Amino acid sequence: MIQPGLVLAVSFGYLLLLVAVAAHGDRRADQGRSLIDSSFVYALSWAVYCSAWTYFGSVGRAASGGVWFLPIYLGPMLAMLLAWLVLRKMVRIARSYRITSIADFIASRYGKSPLLAALVTLITVVGILPYIALQLKAVSAGYEALTGGLGQSDAAWWRDGTLYMALSLAGFAVVFGTRHLDLSERHEGMVAAIAFESAVKLAAFLAVGVFVTYGLFGGMGDIWARAQAQPDIAGLLRLGGQGFEGFQGAQWFALTLLSMLSVLMLPRQFQVMVVECVNERHILRASWLFPAYLLLINIFVLPIAIGGMLIFGDGGAGAESYVLTLPLSQGAEWLALLAYLGGLSAATGMIIVETVAVSTMVCNDLVMPALLSSGRFARTGGDLTRVLLNIRRAAILLVLLLGYLYFRIAGEAYALVSIGLISFAAVAQFAPALLGGMYWRGATRAGALGGLLGGSLVWAYTLMLPSLARSGWIGAGFLDGPFGLAFLAPQHLFGLTGFDELTHSLFWSLMVNIGLYVGLSLRGRVSAREASQALLFVEVFQRGQAQPVFWRGRARLEDLRRLAGRFLGAARAEALFRDHARETGTALDSLTADARLVDRVERQIAGAIGTASARVMVESAAQEESLSLGDVLEIIDEASQVRTYARELEEATVELRAANEKLKSLDQLKDDFMSSVTHELRTPLTSIRALTELMLDTPDIQPQEREEFLNIILSESERLSRLVNQVLDLAKIESGMAEWHNTDVDMKALIVAALRSTAELFRERGAEVLADLPEQVPMVLADPDRLTQVLVNLLSNAAKFVPEGRGRVEVALRHRGDELVVTVRDNGPGVAPEDQAAVFDKFRQGGEAGNRPPGTGLGLPISRQIVVNLGGRMWLDSQPGQGACFAFSLPLRSKGGSDDG
Amino acid sequence: MTDRVLIADDEPNIVVSLSFMLKREGYEVLVAPDGTQALAMIRGERPRLVLLDAAMPGMSGFEVCEAVRADPELSGIRILMLTAKGRDTDIARGMGAGADAYVTKPFSTRDLIVRIREMLA
Repeated sequence: MIQPGLVLAVSFGYLLLLVAVAAHGDRRADQGRSLIDSSFVYALSWAVYCSAWTYFGSVGRAASGGVWFLPIYLGPMLAMLLAWLVLRKMVRIARSYRITSIADFIASRYGKSPLLAALVTLITVVGILPYIALQLKAVSAGYEALTGGLGQSDAAWWRDGTLYMALSLAGFAVVFGTRHLDLSERHEGMVAAIAFESAVKLAAFLAVGVFVTYGLFGGMGDIWARAQAQPDIAGLLRLGGQGFEGFQGAQWFALTLLSMLSVLMLPRQFQVMVVECVNERHILRASWLFPAYLLLINIFVLPIAIGGMLIFGDGGAGAESYVLTLPLSQGAEWLALLAYLGGLSAATGMIIVETVAVSTMVCNDLVMPALLSSGRFARTGGDLTRVLLNIRRAAILLVLLLGYLYFRIAGEAYALVSIGLISFAAVAQFAPALLGGMYWRGATRAGALGGLLGGSLVWAYTLMLPSLARSGWIGAGFLDGPFGLAFLAPQHLFGLTGFDELTHSLFWSLMVNIGLYVGLSLRGRVSAREASQALLFVEVFQRGQAQPVFWRGRARLEDLRRLAGRFLGAARAEALFRDHARETGTALDSLTADARLVDRVERQIAGAIGTASARVMVESAAQEESLSLGDVLEIIDEASQVRTYARELEEATVELRAANEKLKSLDQLKDDFMSSVTHELRTPLTSIRALTELMLDTPDIQPQEREEFLNIILSESERLSRLVNQVLDLAKIESGMAEWHNTDVDMKALIVAALRSTAELFRERGAEVLADLPEQVPMVLADPDRLTQVLVNLLSNAAKFVPEGRGRVEVALRHRGDELVVTVRDNGPGVAPEDQAAVFDKFRQGGEAGNRPPGTGLGLPISRQIVVNLGGRMWLDSQPGQGACFAFSLPLRSKGGSDDG
Repeated sequence: MTDRVLIADDEPNIVVSLSFMLKREGYEVLVAPDGTQALAMIRGERPRLVLLDAAMPGMSGFEVCEAVRADPELSGIRILMLTAKGRDTDIARGMGAGADAYVTKPFSTRDLIVRIREMLA
C-alpha cells in the first residue's frame, strides 16, 4: 500500500507538469514555431482515444471475455484505411467553413440549422455522460487500489473524494481549453499536453506489461502454457471467449462497426483529428502511426489479464485494477505509482478534450441561441468574447458534475467497458447524417433531424434507460417492457433475441436512424440554404479558392464591423477587415459590404460561436434577400461561369504568351537570316572590291596575277548572283509565293536527265556514278523543274564531297508502299552526328574551313523546302568516314489533292 | 626590319587580296585559315599586327582576340578586326574583346592600308 498523501502529491505534481507542457506549447505557437506541427504529435494526440477505459477496462474485459476487448481497436484500425479519403475531407470542410465541433459540422451541412446543432449537442451531452463517469470511476478505483482505502461512494456526497477529483479535473480542463480569448483558434498547448499524456500512458502500460510478462513470468509462452493448464482461463484464449457459445459474428461486427464510427464521431476525436489538425498532410502518416499505437498498447492486455488471474486466482471485477494491483502485490510500489500515473493520463486526457469539445458545443449551440433570442442580449453592443469564455467554463464544470451524477447513479452496476459502449452507441448516431452529408447532395435537414432524433430515442430506450433500471433508479419491471407489454421490452424489442444488449440497441437505433434519414431526405424538398451548403460540403475539393458565395442583400460596413468586434474582439476584427482590403486590393476605408465580405465575417464569427449562431447574427445585422432554390442554382452557375471565364482567360494568356514567344523567335530567326545574308553578300563583294582597287592602284601588276584576280572577280560575281537568286527563291517558297507547275512526273526519267546534266561535273572530279533504277515506277504529281533542282543539288553536293579521283556516287530509286524514295549516296567524309541536324539549316556549309567547296549554304534548305512542299520528306543517313546518304521521299497521289502543300 | 603581319581569314579570295596588298607595301605576310591556327601563329611568330576575321569556323576572331588580350606576353600585338557583319552589337563585341581597330567588309584597300600604316607607326 502507498500513502494517500504521496499518491495525491504525485498526481498533483503530474497535472502541474501537464500545465507546463501546455504553456510551452502555447508559447511556441505564439512564436510561430508550432510544437504540434508534426505527424507524430498529431498521431499521439489521436491516441486520446485510449482513455481510462482502455487502460483499465481492456484488462478487465480480457479477464472475463478473452479477446472480446479487441474489436474496439480493430474498428479504428479499419477506419484509418479510409482516413485519407474521409478524414481529409472532414478536415478540409471544417477548415474552409471554420467549423469547430461535430454539432457545428452537421448543422452547417444541413443549412446551418440551429435546431440540428442543439439536437446534436443534446445527444452528445447525454451520451457522453456515462463516458465521463467511467473516467471518474476508473481514477477513483485506481486510487483505492493503490492506497487500500475503502470506497467511499456510499458516503454522503460532500465526503466523496471522487467529487473533489471531478472538480479539480474541471479546473484543469478550464485551464487547458479556455485560456485563450481568441475562441476560434486551435488549442496548441492542449494538444501538446494530450500528446505528452499519450506517450506517458503507453510507456506506463508497456512497463507494467513487461514487468508482468518477463518479471513475474517467463515470457509470453510461459503465460500461455500456464493458462492452458487451467480450464477456466484456457477458455479465454478461444475466439468465442469464455461464456460465449461459438464465434458470434454479429457481435464482432457490431463492436467493430461501432468503434470504427466512434473513432471519427466522438467529440474528443473530432476535436483532435479535425479541429486541431495543423496540416492535412499529417493525416497520411498519422493514419498508420495511430493503428501502430493501438497495437502496442494492446500487446500486453491478455498477458496482464491472465497473469492477474493466475496470481490472484479470480476473474472478477478486480481485474480492472490488475495494472495496479499486480505490481503492488509484488512490492513494486514505484511501478504501481507509474501505472497509476498512466491511468491518470488516460483519464485526464479524455476528460480535458471531451469537456472542452462539449463545452464549445453547449456554448455555441445551446446557450448562445437562447441568449441571442432574448432581445436584451442581442442589443447590447459590448465585446462578448469574455462572456463566451465564461459560458464555456461553466459548461465544462456542468458536464463534469453531470458525469459525477451518473457515476453516483449507475457507476456501480456496470463494468467500465459496458459504460463506455453506451457512449459509443450514442455518438454512432451521428454517422449517417455526418458521413452521408459529405457525399450525398440529396440529404436534407428533415432527414438528418428525423434520423438523429429517432436513432437517439431508440438508443436511450434500449441502452441508456436499462442502465439506469439496472441501477435501481427505474423500476426493474421496466426491463420486461413498460406496462407489461413484452414486445416493448427495451432489450428485446419486438421479440428480437439472440443479440447482446449492445448489438440489439445498435441494430435498432441505426436501422431507425438510417431509415428516417434516407426516407425523409428522399421525400422532402430542400431549402435554398440547404442546397447551397450541401454543394459546399460535397464538392469541397472541387471548388478550390473560387467558392461561390450564397448571399444576397445589403449590409452596412459599420454593422459588420460592430458584429465582428463583438465576437472576435477589436484587434482580430480589425485584422479581418485589413486582410480583406489587402486581398481585394481596396483601401480600408473604401471597403464595400459586399457578399464576399459578409461571407467572410460570417465565417470568422462562426469560428467563435458556431455556424448556426453566426448565421442568426449576420441575419440580424444585414438586410438579406432570402434566396430561392433558383437563386442558388443561378449563383452556382455564375460561379462556374466565372471559373470557366477564368480558365479561358488563362488559356488565352498562355496562347498569347506562346504566340509572342514564337513571334520573338521568328523575329530572332529573321534577324539571324538577314545577318547571314549580309555576311554572305559582303564576303564576295569584299574580294571583288579589294582586288579591283588593287589592280587599279598597281599599274605594274604581273599579267598572270592580273588574270588570277580577274578570274576571282568573275567567280565571286557568279557566287553573288547565285546567292541573290537562291535567297529570292527560298523567300518565295517559304512565303508560299512560288509558282508550282505540278504535273504527272516520271521520276526515273527525271533522274536520268539530272545525271546527264551533272555528268561533266563528275567527270572533272574523276568520280564514278552508279544508277540503280527500276524498270518502271508510278508517276508522281510534282513540278518537274523543281524536282530537277533538288536532284541536281544533291548530285552536285555529292560531286563536291567525294574524294578526288576515286569518288563513287550511287543513285537509287525505290517504290516503297505509297511513296517513291530517291537516295544519293557518296563515299565522301560523311557528316558528324552532331552536325547532321544542322545540314538543312540555311548557310550551314559542310566541309573543313579552308578547303570547303564553293557553295552558298542554301542548296539543301531550298531542296528540303521543295520536297516538303510536294508533300514529302528529306533526310540524311551518315556515318562519319563512310560517306553520306541524302534521301527524299514523295507520296504517290492522284491529281486534285496536288497543290495543297 | 620589315614588320610581320598575320592575316587570319577563312575566305581564300580575301586572303589573296590582303596578302597582295601587304606584300606590295613591303610587309612580311603570314596566313592562318582559322582561329586556332591563328592563335598558334600569334604565339609562335609574334607578328606586330593581326588582321583578324571575326567570323571564322572553330575559334572565332572574337575568341582569338580575347585570348591574346588575356595573355600578358602578347601585350604588344596590335589587332585589327575585320567583319562582314555590320551590326552595332558585333562592333561592340569586337571592341569589348580588345581589338585596336574594327573595319567592316567590304573595305577600301586604300583606307585600310592607311590604317595599317598608322597602327604600325
